Amino acid sequence: MQPFTTINAVAAPIDEANVDTNQLCPTRFNKVPRGPRYAQILFHDRRFNADGGEKEFLLNVEPFRSARILVADRNFGCGSSRESAVYALYEFGIRCVIAPSFGDIFANNCGKNGLLPVVLPENVTAAIREQLRTQPGATIAVDLNAQTVTDPSGQLHKFDIHPVRRKCLLEGLDDVARTQQYRARIETFEAQYGAERAWLYAARK
Amino acid sequence: MVALTMFDRIWNRHVVAEEEGELLLYVDRALIHEGSSHAFAALAAQQRRVFRPRQVFAFNDHYVPTTGRERGVEGIANPEIRDMVLKLAANAAEHGITLFGIDDPRQGILHIVPPELGITQPGLLIVGADSHTSTHGAFGCLAFGVGASEMMHVMSTQTIWQRKPKTMRIVIDGARGFGVAAKDVILAIIARIGAGGATGHVIEYAGSTITAMSMEERMTVCNMSIEAGGRAGMIAPDATTFAYMANRPYAPAGKAWDDALAVWQALPGDAGAHYDKVVEIDAAELAPMVTWGTSPEHALPITGQVPDPRNARDATAGAEITAALDYMALTPGTRLADIAVDRVFIGSCTNGRIEDLRAAAEVAKLGRAKVAAWVVPGSRSVQRQAEQEGLDRIFIAAGFEWRDPGCSLCTAINGDQLRPGERCASTSNRNFRGRQGTGGRTHLVSPAMAAAAALTGRLTDVRELTKGG
Repeated sequence: MQPFTTINAVAAPIDEANVDTNQLCPTRFNKVPRGPRYAQILFHDRRFNADGGEKEFLLNVEPFRSARILVADRNFGCGSSRESAVYALYEFGIRCVIAPSFGDIFANNCGKNGLLPVVLPENVTAAIREQLRTQPGATIAVDLNAQTVTDPSGQLHKFDIHPVRRKCLLEGLDDVARTQQYRARIETFEAQYGAERAWLYAARK
Repeated sequence: MVALTMFDRIWNRHVVAEEEGELLLYVDRALIHEGSSHAFAALAAQQRRVFRPRQVFAFNDHYVPTTGRERGVEGIANPEIRDMVLKLAANAAEHGITLFGIDDPRQGILHIVPPELGITQPGLLIVGADSHTSTHGAFGCLAFGVGASEMMHVMSTQTIWQRKPKTMRIVIDGARGFGVAAKDVILAIIARIGAGGATGHVIEYAGSTITAMSMEERMTVCNMSIEAGGRAGMIAPDATTFAYMANRPYAPAGKAWDDALAVWQALPGDAGAHYDKVVEIDAAELAPMVTWGTSPEHALPITGQVPDPRNARDATAGAEITAALDYMALTPGTRLADIAVDRVFIGSCTNGRIEDLRAAAEVAKLGRAKVAAWVVPGSRSVQRQAEQEGLDRIFIAAGFEWRDPGCSLCTAINGDQLRPGERCASTSNRNFRGRQGTGGRTHLVSPAMAAAAALTGRLTDVRELTKGG
C-alpha cells in the first residue's frame, strides 16, 4: 500500500448526501481487474452517456478533473461493500475524502488502499464546500501526522483517527504481515475455542 | 458484575489480541461469492494461501443467470459473466474451499443458503464479502460485510482487526396491522432513523413484534440493517431460532446439540445492559411501505404522497428531494398509489425465502399480472419447496415468470436488468440510482405489495386487494 502523509491539492465539492458505492462504481464494473481503467469508472453513469459522451458533472470540468481531494456530505460511501468504489477514487487520483460521516465498510476499505477518510463536522464540511464552489481550483492541505485539514481560507481543522489506522496509512503497512506475528496466539485461541465448540468442526452429514 | 449485551458477549469471546484499542477477532465463518475475485487476486499477488479453508464458503449467486440453467455454466452467453462463475470455482478448488456452485442442488444466495444448511448459528462471528451479511444476525450471531482487502486478510489469517462499534437497541412492540410485513417494519425504521442513522453501531432488534417473527421475517429485518448504516443487525436467539436450527445439515446433533444449545441459550443480553442509543417503535402505527426516491430512507406508507421539496425542513433537504424526484421522474403531491410501474421483481436476499413467495402467491392468485413480473427464489431449496407447495403454478397461472435462483434483478449484473427509464416495484434492498440497471427506477416494497403492483400495474396498497378475503 502507498503511504499517505500529507497532500496539498485541488479539492472538489460533492454536494450530495448518501452518495452510495453504486455511484462511485456501478455494479457492472466490479469484475474489472484492479488497474488504471478504474479512473474512467469513477461516477461513470453520472459522468458519461451511453455513447461515452460526457455529461454535465463536476469532475468533468476543469479544474476539478485534477482534484485529488473530495469534500462531501453525510454518509458518503454508504451501501455495498465493493472495494472497487475505492479503486475508482484512487485511480482517478483522489487520495482523501472529507465528509461529516462515511459508510463504515467504505471507510475501512479506504484505509486499506492508501486513501484517507477524514470526518469533520457537518457545518465545517458545508462551509468548505461553499469555499470550493466560489473559488474553483482552491486547494486544501491535509496533514495526517498532525491530523489537520487547512481549508482554502487558511483555517485549520483538527480531525480524529484511530492511532493504528493512522500508523498503517503513514507507513503504508500491510495488515496481514502485522497479523502473522500473532500466528501462535491465533492457534492457541483455536485450540481452546475448538474444544469448547467442537460441533463447529465435526464432520458433515 | 457488569451487565453485558449479546453483542458484548459474542465480541468478547472472539478477541485474540489487542493493539492500542484495535482488536484482533477470530472469524468463525467467511462467506464469499464471484465478486471476491479481487480478494483472490490480492492473495495471489502476495503469494498467500487460505488459512482455514473449511471455514470459508463460496456461493455462485451474483453472476448466475436465472434462465437456461439446465445448460449449467455453458448456458451463460456473456463470456465476462461466465468467466466470473468459472473463476470462483477455480479459486475454490485451488484453496480447498466448499463451493455451492451453479449446478449444486443447494445453490443460492450467500445470505439464504447458510441459514438453510445450518452454517449460520447463534454466537458465531461471520464475515461476508457483501454488505447484506447483516442478514445472519437474525440467529444471534455477529455478522458483517467487508471489502476485498479485509476478506483477503480473513482468508489469510481467519481473523479481522476491528474497533469496537457502538450499540443501538431498536425495540418494536405490539401486533403488526393487517398487511404489514417484516419488510415494512425495516423500511419504517430506516425512514425514521435515516440511511446513516446507525452508522458506527451494531443494532440489536428487540420487543414483542420481533420475538413474534419467524426466522424468515427476522432475516428480512436484519438484512436491511446496512441500509440504516448499521455495522450489523442482530436478534437474540430463542425457541423460534432453535426450532429452525434443528436437523439442518451443518447444525450439531445428539450430544453436540445439547452442548450447543447450552452456549446459545446463554447468549442473550443481561437485563440492564447499556446501549449507546435506544429507539422505540409502536408496531400498531406501521403501514405497508414504499420508497419514492433514491435512498432507502426515502420511504413512506403507501397511503402517502410524493413529498414536496418546498415542505422540506431546509434548503439542503429540499435540494435532495428535488434531485431524487428528478431521477425518479415523479411530481410532488402525486399519490404513491397512482404511480404506474413497468416491472415487478420478487426475490433477493431480503425477500427471496419461502415465506416471501407464499405471501406473494397469496396475492398473485387474486388476479393476473398487467406488467412483466419475475419471481426469483433465493435458493434451489426455496425453489423446490415452493414447487412442492404449488406456488410456481400459482405464479405462472397469474402470468408471472418463475425463474431460477440467484441475486438477479437486485444487483443486476447477471444480465437481468431494467432498461433506462423503466420503473420497478421490487422486493430488493436498494433503490440507489441505477442499482437495477442504468437509468432504472426502483420502488422498494414487500413481497405481497410487489405482487399487488403486478396485478394492477401501479404501486398498490395490498390491503385493498386482500380485504375481506
